[in-house]
Amino acid sequence: MKNKATIFEAFKNTLPVTAGYIILGIGFGVIMSANGWSILYSVAMSVFIYAGSMQYAAIGLFTGGASFLTVALTTLAVNARHLFYGISMLGKYKSAGIKKTYLIFALTDETYSLVCSTDKGTDYCFLVSVFDHIYWITGTFLGALLGSAVSFNSKGIDFALTALFVTVFVDQWLKSKNHFSAVTGVLCTAAMLVLFGAESFLIPSMLAITVILLAVPERRLNNDR
Amino acid sequence: MAAVTAAIRFLPFVLFSKAKTPAWITKLGSSLPFAVMGMLVVYCLKGVSFENISGFLPELISVIVVAVSYIWKKNTLVSIILGTLLYMVLVQFVFV
Repeated sequence: MKNKATIFEAFKNTLPVTAGYIILGIGFGVIMSANGWSILYSVAMSVFIYAGSMQYAAIGLFTGGASFLTVALTTLAVNARHLFYGISMLGKYKSAGIKKTYLIFALTDETYSLVCSTDKGTDYCFLVSVFDHIYWITGTFLGALLGSAVSFNSKGIDFALTALFVTVFVDQWLKSKNHFSAVTGVLCTAAMLVLFGAESFLIPSMLAITVILLAVPERRLNNDR
Repeated sequence: MAAVTAAIRFLPFVLFSKAKTPAWITKLGSSLPFAVMGMLVVYCLKGVSFENISGFLPELISVIVVAVSYIWKKNTLVSIILGTLLYMVLVQFVFV
């Protein structure tokens, strides 16, 4: 049951995400503004899509006039990892009833990292999901507002996303003994980038990674953490 | 975009609501996150070019700063802000 303690606990645990989401949200809002998109549009994207890395990629895709198919395939490639978040939450979210729809919708990297390692019930997970979503929307709104009010050179601000992924990558690396999977990811993608070029290397990369990870015997991937 | 993202997130719940998760899915599920992170880092750096020094040096320096600061302080926020500010300064004023 939802009570003050659960709400407070959820809020407390999402604080690290707060800062990250607000900053990244602001970055996203600012770039959208700089590209001429309205505040309403930016916020709507954060409400309905709610996928940071994809929203950043979207700016490039839409402004460059990419085709429907390209957008769909790129979204599939960039967000495919969310499939696996869903898989690991299958058991826990089974009994969530009406909240289940939102819980599944809101499975982002950060929310997933908070809910996958806890024993607390679905009310907690729901609150975590909501808080994270709110931070993201707030950041976007602030950024879009800022971008349209003040004109400052925001060139390079999207590096924030690269920085985020680098920290997660380093964090994962430090926490594991077996780096086979991480190295596979980097090498496959780099190779596909060279082979297929920057526009179309994501799908081949995902395919290559999946094939290699499935083909390799379990013990090669074994992570004694 | 919203539809595809939502569809991806819902898919496992639709597919695997009745049956037990197959072993190969579990194996993939536990190893994929590491590979995907590596993929995403390369993806973010896809615009890098080695034709002249300003095409990759800002990225290289900033990525190293992010990684080293994170190893040192384990603070995601500090690393992101530091790296991003550095990168913005580098591309706006140094390697113009």
